Amino acid sequence: MNALLSIAFHGLAFATVLYLVSVGLSITLGLMGFVNLAHGVFAVTGGYIMLTLMSRFGVPFPLSLAVTCFVVAAGSVVIERLLYRELYGGDELDQVLLSIGLVFMSVAIAKYLWGPLPQPLHPPSYLSGQVFLGSRGFPTYRFFLIVSGAVVVTLLWLGLERTRFGAMIRAAVDNRRMAQSIGINTALLFTLTFALGSGLAALGGALGADILEIDPGYALEQLIYFLIVVAVGGLGSIRGPFFAALLVGTADTAFKYLQPELGAFFIYAVTLALLLWRPQGLFGRA
Amino acid sequence: MERNRPRPRPRVSGALRLLWSHSKGGARLTRSSPAVEALLSSHRLRAYEALPWLAAVAAFVFFPEYHALGAQILTAILFALSLDLILGYAGIVTLGHAAFFGVGAYTAGLLAAHGWGEPISGLVIAGIVAGLAGILSGAIVLHTKGLTLLMLTLMIAAMLQEAANKAGAITGGADGLQNMRVAPVLGLYRFDMLGNTAYIYCLAVLFVGWLVTRRIVNSAFGRALTGIRENELRMQAIGSPVFRRRLTAYAVAAALAGVAGGLMAQTTQFVALDSLSFERSGAVLIMLILGGVGRLYGAFIGAPLYMIAQDRFAQQDPVYWYFWIGLLLVLVVKFARGGALAVLERVMRRYRVRP
Repeated sequence: MNALLSIAFHGLAFATVLYLVSVGLSITLGLMGFVNLAHGVFAVTGGYIMLTLMSRFGVPFPLSLAVTCFVVAAGSVVIERLLYRELYGGDELDQVLLSIGLVFMSVAIAKYLWGPLPQPLHPPSYLSGQVFLGSRGFPTYRFFLIVSGAVVVTLLWLGLERTRFGAMIRAAVDNRRMAQSIGINTALLFTLTFALGSGLAALGGALGADILEIDPGYALEQLIYFLIVVAVGGLGSIRGPFFAALLVGTADTAFKYLQPELGAFFIYAVTLALLLWRPQGLFGRA
Repeated sequence: MERNRPRPRPRVSGALRLLWSHSKGGARLTRSSPAVEALLSSHRLRAYEALPWLAAVAAFVFFPEYHALGAQILTAILFALSLDLILGYAGIVTLGHAAFFGVGAYTAGLLAAHGWGEPISGLVIAGIVAGLAGILSGAIVLHTKGLTLLMLTLMIAAMLQEAANKAGAITGGADGLQNMRVAPVLGLYRFDMLGNTAYIYCLAVLFVGWLVTRRIVNSAFGRALTGIRENELRMQAIGSPVFRRRLTAYAVAAALAGVAGGLMAQTTQFVALDSLSFERSGAVLIMLILGGVGRLYGAFIGAPLYMIAQDRFAQQDPVYWYFWIGLLLVLVVKFARGGALAVLERVMRRYRVRP
């Protein structure tokens, strides 16, 4: 019983981080079909910026979180305009190569600026300590993480389903040309969505710094998890990555808890089986 | 003014027409038809095709202290050449080509660690096992496209790496496979510390691999592959068995990659987990891109460039090497699509030099 509770809790926390980072990638892939392997770079940049603001400049936690998201979102627009834009609709191989190039550069830059060791996260005093469920204690910070994840999911869902901007995104994912011809500025829409997705990734990277450690190899090593969430969930929705992140987060935690000698093998096998069964992902359209 | 001249017809159209007339009965083709000429002339060896081999021999003579590195470079060329077959000719974008390299490396390594030290038969077995792995995984993944295909190839390589990591009793896990005993080549030439035997051995294997690949891409089968890359629907419409062709190419490339992996295992007498890693899949992709995709010789330019640069830069710090290779990739995609050979071709066309 305790083990089950523990798996559910930590799995949920891991799923939250996965979701926050991956949802932007899923939507941008659905919108423009751009295979952006460098999405994890936004997450790790978010982590580094927030941790630096907190530890070196003593900025309070909520403020540094907000600044981080804004800075990364703004920076991602520059990268999108300068590098990505001309490759839309182009060769998949070029997209893969360009974004792998960015990942490699981020690995080296992070090591140059912050050194090879993982950056520690020291949550503010009101978020440290433990919460007791029954006889077992769980870190308060992870509760906060899960709750923030739930809030973001709700906001995203409301935004996509209930606002004009959300309707425009859905229209463009459904049929980009049609959306364009009825007067939606898809280029601008995409830039905004890209910035939003990168900002969320930064939020995920920063909040999840104690689950996925912020170190130079982050964008390369965690990439496979983000891609799994996106591919399993299906492109272009916020629902797909939500269920995929839940599935991947809890399943991976459970497997590693119950069968540590098999490690990540299970999650790869499950992904392989799922993709063979549904090549478009669980919620993707054929 | 030169710009107004009609552009040379893409070479693939000749092959397409050849196939087209085959499917209609095809007996009307004569020796003089341009399609046949196009096919036949691409078979002929040209003078520049001797360059890589002359360079390899020259490197052996003039850089005796670098034979070990040279053997690694030759192995990398073979690996990149195998990728060119599926990426450049069949148009399959894979992020998991190291899976086959690793399967070959572990096959050859395990054979040598368990008493089968004869290197040439070890290589052949490594190639066969990797080829079988290619058939099995290709039968699964080649039904898909785009992101799904990328993901599936990535997953298979990741699964194999994790399996090798956890099966420490067999593979040595994270410590790598040790205790390999490789017998002398042909019973005569022992693998030495300086890498003299390794260099010649790798060069000979690469030469055979190049002959095979060259024969394949210039055959009707190779032309069909190019046709599938350019327009799959049309190839299907003219009756080409698209899936089977792609699967065959995938299996052959896997076998060649397995041989490359086997070479690495035998010449270094060590197999590490990173022979199956995403970094290796990425590195071989980068080597091929730097040289040029779909040109058969991209591997011969890209792999040495990459390996020599890595040897120089990585001595200071392997991580900063990532920065330069990343920057180079971005620059190649932005300014030099098609890699070194495409740039060379553009320059030669400007000065109207014919190869």
